[in-house]
Amino acid sequence: MDNLLSITTFIPAIAALILAVFLRGDDEAANRNAKWVALIATSLTFLVSIFILAGFNPDDTGFQFVEERDWLLGLKYKMGVDGISVLFVMLTTFMMPLTIAASWGVTSRVKEYMIAFLLLETLMLGVFMALDLVLFYLFFEAGLIPMFLIIGIWGGAARIYASFKFFLYTFLGSVLMLVAMVAMFAEAGTTDIPTLMNHTFDSDSFSVLGIYVVGGMQTLMFLAFFASFAVKMPMWPVHTWLPDAHVQAPTAGSVVLAAILLKMGGYGFLRFSLPMFPVGAEVLTPLVLWMSAIAIVYTSLVALAQEDMKKLIAYSSVAHMGYVTMGIFAANQQGIDGAIFQMLSHGFISGALFLCVGVIYDRMHTREIDAYGGLVNRMPAYALIFMFFTMANVGLPGTSGFVGEFLTLVGIFQVNTWVALVATSGVILSAAYALWLYRRVVLGDLIKESLKTIQDMHMRERVIFAPLVAMTLLLGVCPWLITDIIGPSVAALIDNYDGALAAAEAASQTADASH
Amino acid sequence: MQADLTVILPEIILSIYAIGALLIAAYSGKDRLASLLVWITSALFVVVGLWIATRSGTGREAFGGMFQDDGFARFAKVTILLSAAAVMVMGQEYMARRNILRFEYPLLIALAAVGMMMMVSAGDLMALYMGLELQSLALYVVASMRRDSVKSTEAGLKYFVLGALSSGLLLYGASLVYGYAGTTLFSGIITSAQDHAPVGLLLGLVFVLSGLAFKVSAVPFHMWTPDVYEGAPTPITAFFATAPKVAAMGLFARVMHDAFGNIVSDWQQIVALLSLLSMFLGAVAAIGQTDIKRLMAYSSIAHMGYALMGLAAGTVFGVQAMLIYMAIYVTMNIGTFAFILSMERDGHPVTDINSLNMYSRSHPGRAVAMLILLFSLAGVPPLLGFFGKFYVLRAAYEGGLAWLAVAGVIASVIGAFYYLRIVFYMYFGEEGDALEAGRSPVIGGFLMVSAALMLVGIINMFGIEGMAQAAAATLVN
Repeated sequence: MDNLLSITTFIPAIAALILAVFLRGDDEAANRNAKWVALIATSLTFLVSIFILAGFNPDDTGFQFVEERDWLLGLKYKMGVDGISVLFVMLTTFMMPLTIAASWGVTSRVKEYMIAFLLLETLMLGVFMALDLVLFYLFFEAGLIPMFLIIGIWGGAARIYASFKFFLYTFLGSVLMLVAMVAMFAEAGTTDIPTLMNHTFDSDSFSVLGIYVVGGMQTLMFLAFFASFAVKMPMWPVHTWLPDAHVQAPTAGSVVLAAILLKMGGYGFLRFSLPMFPVGAEVLTPLVLWMSAIAIVYTSLVALAQEDMKKLIAYSSVAHMGYVTMGIFAANQQGIDGAIFQMLSHGFISGALFLCVGVIYDRMHTREIDAYGGLVNRMPAYALIFMFFTMANVGLPGTSGFVGEFLTLVGIFQVNTWVALVATSGVILSAAYALWLYRRVVLGDLIKESLKTIQDMHMRERVIFAPLVAMTLLLGVCPWLITDIIGPSVAALIDNYDGALAAAEAASQTADASH
Repeated sequence: MQADLTVILPEIILSIYAIGALLIAAYSGKDRLASLLVWITSALFVVVGLWIATRSGTGREAFGGMFQDDGFARFAKVTILLSAAAVMVMGQEYMARRNILRFEYPLLIALAAVGMMMMVSAGDLMALYMGLELQSLALYVVASMRRDSVKSTEAGLKYFVLGALSSGLLLYGASLVYGYAGTTLFSGIITSAQDHAPVGLLLGLVFVLSGLAFKVSAVPFHMWTPDVYEGAPTPITAFFATAPKVAAMGLFARVMHDAFGNIVSDWQQIVALLSLLSMFLGAVAAIGQTDIKRLMAYSSIAHMGYALMGLAAGTVFGVQAMLIYMAIYVTMNIGTFAFILSMERDGHPVTDINSLNMYSRSHPGRAVAMLILLFSLAGVPPLLGFFGKFYVLRAAYEGGLAWLAVAGVIASVIGAFYYLRIVFYMYFGEEGDALEAGRSPVIGGFLMVSAALMLVGIINMFGIEGMAQAAAATLVN
């Protein structure tokens, strides 16, 4: 199959089209049909994507399953996966059926809801597979439209503020990236990502508006991409859209946002920032590392003070993403391996945590921590699941959360001990806020009158959590399942990065000598 | 002489048709013929447009170079004629139902079309002025079509007074250019306007530029646009937003490259500034609007800013980008105005943005189409509007105007806010009185087709890219 990737990407879109064109009516039956079509389409996508993983050769560090077609303006429709992107594709296809299943209780505008999620899946898959700059941008940005609608239509009370903030914040970040892409296109004459990864952009320092820019074009382009990915990640101090978006989004929207959309930023750093602008990356590494360290500590402290469960988990996501950026910019094997691992594991864990909030929100229609307490008395199964994911979030050994945090810390320790020191304190803080949340919501006596009749999880909810628990445990116990796949590609990335830095160093020395 | 007439045959046919039809209608049926004339005129536009597109022989001149029939002119003419035809057909039912469809309307549009064709083909300052005035005079009348409405007549008067001012500026500039270059022919001006062009010539250039900027409604010559857009009947507003803009941009490109192509660095800064101001004013001023027609006026100002960005690059690619941008812009605007035409309550047109509250409940199909158009107007991928922006950004960057590209994308984020606001009313609002959507299948059709084009167009843009490239290559050499 030459076009396996395109097929995987566009199955959900085709299902969305079918829903839009053929499904009529707004009655019970139509709603049920819409849900089933969406579930079947996303499951089918997952099944097809298994062929990608099965046919993937980890030892080949180049791009595999490549498809290429001519497009407008010398651009190309080019798709492909390598060791870095293939697992993000799998994460996406794995999470989507679960999110659809978790939205079974949606009652308003079900058809549109399912269409939005199906389109979103197509766009997210496209981001991880695109091998053309503009094609990447297309998928990356287009994802804003369905997410904007998901938050705005099916969100909570302050959904309008949150959706506008989400859209404009991320849009502003990305348009700067667009300018950098235009510049790259003009400088290198191509938008082909594999070619650009081997292209050396000009790194001679120069002055702009009286400011001396070390690393020249590379630094500027790095900053432009950074603006986009840092917002998407999100990194401190541009993370403020995330808590709003998370709190207002419907449960499934939060899951997709935390599990998949946030990973696009980290993926972007690995795909663009490090390989294409090594000199720029090196110049700004200290800044990024300290921003990450501050993010870890600061957002963990902020999380401690939250009264809304979703907000607390949102801040914890920002902290965990801090480990990711830190690992990526440590730029060594452990750091980047750990960063990718952390992103995948965070996908499962944070997704599961938002689902946990969703379970009780569906019953009580509040996310206030104070409205709960003592749930363990009436919901033992729920208490167990929530316990498990709380521990995974803290980074308990044996769960996937531990591996990611540990590897990134090992990576950063070799590069910058001070950052490592600050970041490690985040591990303690994360235990503090997560366990305290658990204590306040689940443990203690059940004294609230309104909770006296609360029901434990029913079958559908248990089934949704099962695969997430399995993956979290599996990756925690057998991390090599992931590192074997990403290892060779990451090693190649680091080789290129170090090589490019050495070459730039040598070039600047000869330039100095000739003066 | 005969060869000259062959070159301008399309213009002659349209003129004779307009005059002939005017006589016949005046002496016989008058307004009863109006609907019929709309259809005939539109059909004629389409036929002439297709004929121009497929005409053999390129790069021909007539009347000693005063009239240019090159690839650039053809591209612009086809866009003008097709969009004018679309807008007329779209508005016919709307105007007929409100008793403002006079038989003069299609004929004035036909005359305006001749003027616009003349503009994009002008090879001489006099020819330029003739085309411009023919177009403008017809449009002044059309703007005040609804004679008993104060707003409509006010719009017409404002348009006329300010338009006359800009014509004056342009004429003054033209006379200065003539004085210093010794000729009104573009081919003559370009040889005098070389590297150290005399100051008088540059002064003339600035005045000509101001006149042109008025016609494309670039800031700071934009003040007529919102009032005219709001005051004129909606089908006429739709017309203002489409064909005349293409013609004016075409003329802009032609004057800049044919007459002043050797002193790009002298006008580049001015055009870049016009572009910058238009983008930002269009983005910021639209935020406070509550009337969708006024909002579209500011939106069109911003869009002209982006088109000018392509032009400011001063390269072949810049002109190509501008042409593509205009073609996409026109398509989006036809769809958007089809939507605005369909907004009504109890048979009366409504233009309040608030009234769109929960529109998606009552008319899901139209709401989705409008959603697509709005995101396309905002330049969000994967819609066609994004590609228009991508082209002009690249042109600007390659033309050494990276700062303008950065400013442009920032303005586009500000601008995205007001497009989102319409989406917000349509989708996120509270329950309210639903709008009616009109019954005309024609309007619905235009809306749907235009939205579909925004989506399907990203596959290959229907080959416009190649045509625009060929067209741009004939203009810049």
